[in-house]
Amino acid sequence: MTTNVYVPCDAIALALGADDVATAIADQAAARALDVRVIRNGSRGLFWLDPLVEVDIDGVRHGYGPVEADDVASLFEAGFLGGAAHPLSLGPVESIPEFAAQTRLTFARHGVVDPRSLDDFVTHGGFAGLRRALTLSPDELLVEIETSGLRGRGGAAFPTGIKWRTVANAVATPKYIVANGDEGDSGTFADRMIFEGDPFCLLEGMAIAARAVGATHGVIYIRSEYPHSIATTQAAIDAARSAGWLGAAIAGSELSFDVEIRVGAGAYICGEETSMLESIEGKRGTVRFKPPLPALEGLYGKPTVVNNILTFASVPWIVANGGAAYAAYGVGRSKGTLGVQLAGNVARGALIEVPFGITVRELVERFGAGTRSGRPVRAVQVGGPLGAYFDNAGLDVALDYEAISDAGGLLGHGGMVVFDESVDMATQARFAMEFCAAESCGKCTPCRVGSTRGVELIDRISAGTRREANHEQLLELCDVLEHGSLCALGGLTPYPVRSALRLFPGDFGLVTDVAQ
Amino acid sequence: MTFIWNELRDLRDAVDLGTPPRDGQPVTLSIDGVDTTVPARSSVLLAATIAGATVPKLCATDTLECFGSCRVCLVEIDGRRGYPASCTTPVESGMVVRTTSEQLVKLRRGVVELYLSDYPDSDIDGGWSQFHTTLAQVGLEEGLPADHPYRGGDTHADVPVDESNPYFLFDPAKCIVCSRCVRACEEIQGTFALTIAGRGFSSQVSPSQGESFLASECVSCGACVQACPSDALIEKSLFPEGYHRADPR
Repeated sequence: MTTNVYVPCDAIALALGADDVATAIADQAAARALDVRVIRNGSRGLFWLDPLVEVDIDGVRHGYGPVEADDVASLFEAGFLGGAAHPLSLGPVESIPEFAAQTRLTFARHGVVDPRSLDDFVTHGGFAGLRRALTLSPDELLVEIETSGLRGRGGAAFPTGIKWRTVANAVATPKYIVANGDEGDSGTFADRMIFEGDPFCLLEGMAIAARAVGATHGVIYIRSEYPHSIATTQAAIDAARSAGWLGAAIAGSELSFDVEIRVGAGAYICGEETSMLESIEGKRGTVRFKPPLPALEGLYGKPTVVNNILTFASVPWIVANGGAAYAAYGVGRSKGTLGVQLAGNVARGALIEVPFGITVRELVERFGAGTRSGRPVRAVQVGGPLGAYFDNAGLDVALDYEAISDAGGLLGHGGMVVFDESVDMATQARFAMEFCAAESCGKCTPCRVGSTRGVELIDRISAGTRREANHEQLLELCDVLEHGSLCALGGLTPYPVRSALRLFPGDFGLVTDVAQ
Repeated sequence: MTFIWNELRDLRDAVDLGTPPRDGQPVTLSIDGVDTTVPARSSVLLAATIAGATVPKLCATDTLECFGSCRVCLVEIDGRRGYPASCTTPVESGMVVRTTSEQLVKLRRGVVELYLSDYPDSDIDGGWSQFHTTLAQVGLEEGLPADHPYRGGDTHADVPVDESNPYFLFDPAKCIVCSRCVRACEEIQGTFALTIAGRGFSSQVSPSQGESFLASECVSCGACVQACPSDALIEKSLFPEGYHRADPR
């Protein structure tokens, strides 16, 4: 009987040597004349266990990790194909506490299936959402999305149902579906995991959107830094098209919808939706003013749904199980689940899908197990490079768009970067301005000139040159950036800068900060 | 409808409306408490100009489509968050707009200080460009104060002047990167000789891809020179003795 052994092909697992592990397993099996089939799955998102090798024993996946190629011989000797004990044994993967405590809706198939296998996808519930969508009228479908309370996962948290209805009501044709996978926020990788772990789910979500709004063509924008994502997603598109899940008359229905990939060229600003549209059109990636909204005049000036990869990937579950079932998770106006990404100085870097409402502290301490260095957590940046810093005392804030906003931050794309006591927050504030300066599209003046001035002011504050005058000017500059910028890059850069100044003034030499 | 268009055309001879006039159904909105009627699809900036309000502007002019980059024409609109740029905001019936407030004055000044932090001091006194008008409108006609914290930072003062074209020159030190030249080349002349190269602070007007004006597709039509609000693009005939930059500050 063939034993199925799973070795992840996600970029993080690859970086940790998963290919060598897969080769070693195949070689050892051949040498021992054992009937083993090595399947390359996506990652479970438990990166401290990667490469996480799983053996399917009577339908239960037993884990071993983190496995290096040198461990493989001993795994065979111990009899891991039968689930035998070994120093790297983890038991059934789905019983690993950090995994069992999650609520996997969007990421339900992650690490379970071979991301390139359409059969695997369908066997594990794939296309259940699209099948149901094809039985609903576009209006009924929109009601499901509205009922779910789903909000844009790219960062702006705009209600997806309202956006889709705006496009559905637009009269111009053709209409487009654009999936934003220019995942440039430092410390985020959820989009990449969808691309590399369950790309059919994204295609399904986009096709459902097409059905809801009457679109015929989709574009997936993937950053060039994600070569594995591009390859895996292209393979999925090809497979879906061959099987009739993309193209004319999908699954025998009236829906005709096809998708192509466009690859970015390394500009963070092309993750901003209007810059991305410019980029797709072959132009310089600069921000468009709004209105007109992309929903009415988007790609090539036509009505366009622009959503993040995670948003589309959340849709199939919602349509398959009903909007109300999704809205049963979460708190307040933050419905459903979020794939939180733990990174930075964290002991257990991971993708954790949980319902909204859990605290940032639980995520960092319970799931992330504190810092990798073992020192106390000093700060957590929530929401990417434009997100605010929280100090240790502020970590009890709930994972909830409104709660985090009320605390002076933003949830963004759900990335959390952890810092220990050794961090210099003046350096981090400078980095925020430097990041804005490096990534500014150069169109509006607050961002184009202001970010460079911000770096200079912080340098002078740190050097102790006219500290008070420069500090005062920095705060004024933050106001100009927030209120004067054309888009969120300049508009949000003040968040990390102000929060660092407010919580850690001592790091800037501004006051003797007894609390630190 | 036609009546409104003709009225606008008359006005246009004297005043830069900020954005091109449009045809459309009359729309009435309130500008600083005064009811103002303009054709639908007009910008708030155009309506404010017709209402007699002085809204500073740099990247906007009524011969070019709105662009929204300079961020000095910001206004307050009831029911809208933040400070929308009046040039890119279409009028709506019943809209209540304020073109000045304590916060707007501060914000515009803050933006113009950023421009001044990368503009030669020597070219401020006695200047006649639209940039200078804007400086006066926000109370910065004297330039950046001598002890302003923005002083001493990175500038474009050492980027060479392009004098390759026989009729005009381009001084990057005085360029405010409003893209009016780029848009004039594209929208008025249809030559597409100009673009912006680089990102962030490095963004600069570039004939073709890093070529001189003379070597580029430029046809010397002068649309860019006419469009430039800061004298960065300027006729050579104004400098019979040759163009010399004053010593950088």
